[in-house]
Amino acid sequence: MIISLLLVAFLPFLLFIGLYLKSVLLLHDYSLGDLIFSKVWRPSSGKFGFAPFIIGSIWVTVVSMLITAPICLLTAIYVTQYTKKYFLRIMHPAIDILAGIPSVVYGLWGILVIVPFISRYLGPWLGIQTMGYSILAASFVLSIMIIPFVLNILIEIFRAIPTELKEAALSLGATQWQTIKHVLLRKALPGIIAAFGFGLARAFGETMAVLMVVGNVVRLPKSVFDPGYTLPALIANNYGEMLSIPKYDSALMFAALLLLAVSLFFNLVMHFFIVRYNKY
Amino acid sequence: MTRSQKIEEKFFKLLMIVATYFILIILAIIIYSIFEKGLKSISWEMLTQVPQGGYYYGKGGGILNAILGSLALAFGATLLAFVIGMPVALYLNVFLIRHKRVISIIRFLLDLVWGIPSIVYGAFGFSLMIFFGLQTSLLAGILTVTLFILPIMIRSMDEILCTVPIGLQEAAYSLGSNKSEIAFKIFTRQSFSGIITAVLLSFGRGIGDAAAVLFTAGYTDHVPNGLLEPVATLPLSIFFQLSSPVAEVQNRAYASALVLTLIILIVSLFSRGLGKRYHKTKINF
Repeated sequence: MIISLLLVAFLPFLLFIGLYLKSVLLLHDYSLGDLIFSKVWRPSSGKFGFAPFIIGSIWVTVVSMLITAPICLLTAIYVTQYTKKYFLRIMHPAIDILAGIPSVVYGLWGILVIVPFISRYLGPWLGIQTMGYSILAASFVLSIMIIPFVLNILIEIFRAIPTELKEAALSLGATQWQTIKHVLLRKALPGIIAAFGFGLARAFGETMAVLMVVGNVVRLPKSVFDPGYTLPALIANNYGEMLSIPKYDSALMFAALLLLAVSLFFNLVMHFFIVRYNKY
Repeated sequence: MTRSQKIEEKFFKLLMIVATYFILIILAIIIYSIFEKGLKSISWEMLTQVPQGGYYYGKGGGILNAILGSLALAFGATLLAFVIGMPVALYLNVFLIRHKRVISIIRFLLDLVWGIPSIVYGAFGFSLMIFFGLQTSLLAGILTVTLFILPIMIRSMDEILCTVPIGLQEAAYSLGSNKSEIAFKIFTRQSFSGIITAVLLSFGRGIGDAAAVLFTAGYTDHVPNGLLEPVATLPLSIFFQLSSPVAEVQNRAYASALVLTLIILIVSLFSRGLGKRYHKTKINF
């Protein structure tokens, strides 16, 4: 029991050390700032600039959170405050199914539905030439993928708010919406931020679905209709040839290390929000 | 209440309803498009044969290799994660029950590990493989997926085990049982349905994940005979078939996606059904 426990407890450190040892070769030759801010990605001539991938990842993540956040917040308030109990019983299996669908299937759905929709309807309607494989397509698919995750946390948070608080506000003559706006949302704020943070971390590391619809072009994207490239997609796409070019494997491991660091950082910060929330 | 307040109230309620039905409609569209595309191209041949020569140019064969490979990989990883994870979850809730601080640190670490993207596990597994001089194989795939689903397994078991009332434990102590007996005989029985749910949840995660096995499990057209051979998996087979320019091969990707979605739906239905059934063995307070 103790051995298993220790194994599990040290897993994050193990991951970090393992990946660091692999990428130390690259860090030895280039400075950290160069790697992160340089825009030139030409592994065959020894130029490793991660900026296009990092910025691509940030674009995709932020846009998808902009889609997910309001939808999840509104839905969570609606199902916990306005509807009867049975509605939640319908919602729960729906959320479970959404959460269970594998990312490859989401990617496939993105190619089948979202990409044609953007290239045929949305793009021409806005007067923009686009292939459909774009930051927007990836963000949309990604936002659907993290909805069940964020929504589950939000529903838990809204249900944990004591009823007395609501009753007090209502008894003072506030309407239901006023109660929600001034009491519930304020009380739940740290929890809401934490839920979005967890969602953000999840979105940042998502690989397959994004890889399939984002277009995979190494370039700084200028608008959401441009194709892009993300860090996880970089790792997944190049694992085949990474042993043929010197330092390439080290560069990919560095990308993995970056992902790990970002994910750990977000989860750490959000964890403290949750802890603060529980204290109230 | 002023007029503008009334409008605000109505407006936000409408927005909420729109958001809720948006989610349900998107789910319906996803299920519909997967089934509609998949049912057109699925056939008995696809489910029972391995790829023949020229399969990836549209010739005959099926995805039996990927179906069996995925099942073997997910079974292996779930079993291994269960063997490691179950004692951890029990240890937390029986042996460490008095050390709240230690428990909360371990839960925090597990939550951190849960949040790590699967591609990082894939990369880590790959660097381990190179370190030990292993080839891409079923074994390497199983090990990577085990690491990936371990926190999911432990945390979901833990959620169930920590609902076991302390009175039950005290009653068992007063009858003279020791800690291991309490852990393996009482806690496991009391939360059997929850443990099954945790196992099936991890299984579903393991079978659907592509990024972790991309580096480690390899890909092959044969059904693997041993742990040290490379193995095909359904998510990867969908991915590869979809990137083919041949229309027939792409159709097969849709069919494979249908198979994968069905497996996951069946597993999640199972976990709901089993959860209800084994509620009977539970002592209610």
